[in-house]
Amino acid sequence: MKIKNLFTYCFISSLFLFSLICIWKILVTLQGIGLTNFNFNKLFMFGIILCAINLLIGKKLNLNIKIIILALLFSFFDYFISINLPIWYSFGIFLISLFFFNNIKNYDKNFLTKNHSSQKLFFNFLTLFGITLFSFVILFPFYMMLVTSLKTQALLLLNPLDFSINFAQGLPELFKSYFVVFKDYNFGRYMLTSTIVSLGTVIITLIFAIPAAYAVARLNFFGKNFLSTSILIIYLFPAIVLVIPLYTIFSQLGLRNSIEGLLVVYTATTLPVAIYMLQGYFKSIPKELEEAGIIDGQNWLGIIFKIILPLSLPAISSVALYVFMIAWNEFLFSLMFLDRPNSFTLSRAIQFLNVGAETPRQYLMAGSVVVTLPILIIFVYFEKYLVSGLTAGSVKG
Amino acid sequence: MSTKLAKIEKRTAYLLILPSVLLVFSIILFPIFSNIWISFKNVELRDLRIPEPRAKKLVKSIKENPTQIKIIYKLRNSSLTQEITNVKFKDKYPNNIEPTNLDKRCQFKSNLLKCEFGNWPKKYRENLEIVFQNTKNKDISNNEIKSYKPKLTGKSQNILLNYEFTLNNFKKVIKDKAFIDLLSTTFYYTFFGTIGAIVFGILAAQMVNQKFFGRTFMRSVLLFPYVAPVVALAYTWELLLDPTSGTLNNLLINYQIIDGPINLLGQKYVTLNILGIDFKLRLALTTVIIFEIWRYFPLAFLFILARLQAVPKELYEAADVDGANPIQKFLNITLPQILAVISILFMIRFIWNFNKFEDIFLLTGGASGTRTLPINVYQQGFSIGDIGMGSAVSIVIVVFLLIFMFIYFRLLGKRADEN
Repeated sequence: MKIKNLFTYCFISSLFLFSLICIWKILVTLQGIGLTNFNFNKLFMFGIILCAINLLIGKKLNLNIKIIILALLFSFFDYFISINLPIWYSFGIFLISLFFFNNIKNYDKNFLTKNHSSQKLFFNFLTLFGITLFSFVILFPFYMMLVTSLKTQALLLLNPLDFSINFAQGLPELFKSYFVVFKDYNFGRYMLTSTIVSLGTVIITLIFAIPAAYAVARLNFFGKNFLSTSILIIYLFPAIVLVIPLYTIFSQLGLRNSIEGLLVVYTATTLPVAIYMLQGYFKSIPKELEEAGIIDGQNWLGIIFKIILPLSLPAISSVALYVFMIAWNEFLFSLMFLDRPNSFTLSRAIQFLNVGAETPRQYLMAGSVVVTLPILIIFVYFEKYLVSGLTAGSVKG
Repeated sequence: MSTKLAKIEKRTAYLLILPSVLLVFSIILFPIFSNIWISFKNVELRDLRIPEPRAKKLVKSIKENPTQIKIIYKLRNSSLTQEITNVKFKDKYPNNIEPTNLDKRCQFKSNLLKCEFGNWPKKYRENLEIVFQNTKNKDISNNEIKSYKPKLTGKSQNILLNYEFTLNNFKKVIKDKAFIDLLSTTFYYTFFGTIGAIVFGILAAQMVNQKFFGRTFMRSVLLFPYVAPVVALAYTWELLLDPTSGTLNNLLINYQIIDGPINLLGQKYVTLNILGIDFKLRLALTTVIIFEIWRYFPLAFLFILARLQAVPKELYEAADVDGANPIQKFLNITLPQILAVISILFMIRFIWNFNKFEDIFLLTGGASGTRTLPINVYQQGFSIGDIGMGSAVSIVIVVFLLIFMFIYFRLLGKRADEN
């Protein structure tokens, strides 16, 4: 039992260390450094030895000193088996192994004799491993989007693995793609259109949704249950089944290539979810507050404006942010309805860039950064509101 | 008194919901129903432009006689497919000018040239020549005549509004040899995309539900793929997976994991050899499914995490006392607790993945075996230009959608009964 546990412990730990090192090596390779081997056999074996040593030392030594010694041993070993690599690479290896040994520093011989120790260990590492792997897999495309926009097509074709950023060339040269995208490809205009459309959608949706949600939440009328069920059903109908009729109608009415047309469609498609989210929140506001308002002689409008709205600001902000996100990211309708470059939104403009023959990839990626960055900043800044909006509205997407 | 109040309440309620109902009706419900109408018609993209009579006015001075001028109207029917009936023509002229030769269909009265051309068949073209004479024998200036533009009116039948119906679209949809393939691709994509997103969602939620440094940051990062615009993400992936200059292929070749580049988005099949048996894997479809999972697992994650945080801690403590191992704890406590969320999530994601258009359209455009029903709507309607066919495919989607919704609401109802 103990031997088996020792073996699993060493094996899992070393594998985890090796995968951390792999991610680091991939990132280093993308700096244009000619790294062509993961050295799996050597690093894995040495990792197993170090993990065993860690277990044997246990708590006999000061834990901090122990992890520093182990990490240094590992980095020197890696330094000797891989030749001609810059010092910052080895320093990275050192930090990673420090992090790793810090995680396993508390294990000693006694741990192996405990119940389910190998499973616990496995899950412990799985969590760590999962977090690292998930972050890497998720952030990697975003990272590539950013660094590609800072390179040039010629350099990328010369060495497709060199994404190192050359700060020596000066900022104007470094951000050249962004200047080009805004100046030659007119992205300033598209950004303005996207902003107007998204903000417009938010405002109109709220103007329509707040009274409707209030009626559904509070007032009694014939067909109320039917209405609240149909909100959900309508919400589940996808854009793709609306596209052809809307296209034909809009073509005949001459509403294509107009911001107004886009605004109407975006508002209508986000309205059901906005009503659904808001009425849920309105129901949670104590009725007594409104009754007090009625006694004070307020009419329905006064109640909505003076009592309901101030109390439900959090819900309204999450609806607003969610609708903004939907409108900003929307692609299908803008593809269908806009075919003149002067009415493009950002998403449509990027698609147009890609279809257009031989647009250098750094411009495409610069455009992608321009469309992605605002929404990510808004998301990180207002995360709390947007997450609650996402959870409520996430039946769609 | 109370009935009066109830009446006022009712009226207010209708007033408050009316704008929303009208908007949703005209932009969502009405189009869904007009899909049915269009799908029984033989309409093409070029038929959508309403036919109109057009005239181009050419002014030519006559050298021998500057008091005269020749006007040529190039008349045509803008439509290649439909006739225009009752075409009327109107143009204005300056004072002191009169026509010398006038077509029978036209009249000239108080500086106004009026013609009634009757019916123009499709592709109709005609050149109408009129010579004008200055009544005071003065020279005629070209510019003044050019400044007036002719006005034409005519009636044409809107192909969308007539009562000719056909079953051809549906016949074509169902008889199409690729239809079975189309359906299987759609279900394959939907099923695996949904399952994958939920599995990874559970994994991620399990991880984030533990305490560790940077947990809130991690939660934000996990949501990035869902929050960012699909256009940017799809093109980034396309660049990453590019066979010649893409990062992934170059990395794999650099580390000698593969010998030559793999066209992950452009190759329909790849043959895998597992235990001596050859498997044919649909490569491009698999790549698209992986993108789908990458983009939508955050949503499953968000739902499941919220549910996990509501699981009482006592359950796990009790399990610890009983000496349960982590796998037993997951199978016997966590899984039953999140099963309800998972089933609802599965249905909702299934419905949405079934209708997913953007992701595949941007990554492959429906090529190399990734054509699903929504992609087919676009291709029929806009690439081929057969609006009627596109509508018919939309109807097929709606029918499936209604079946899924029925199951979904049954499921919701069952859940509500249980609680």
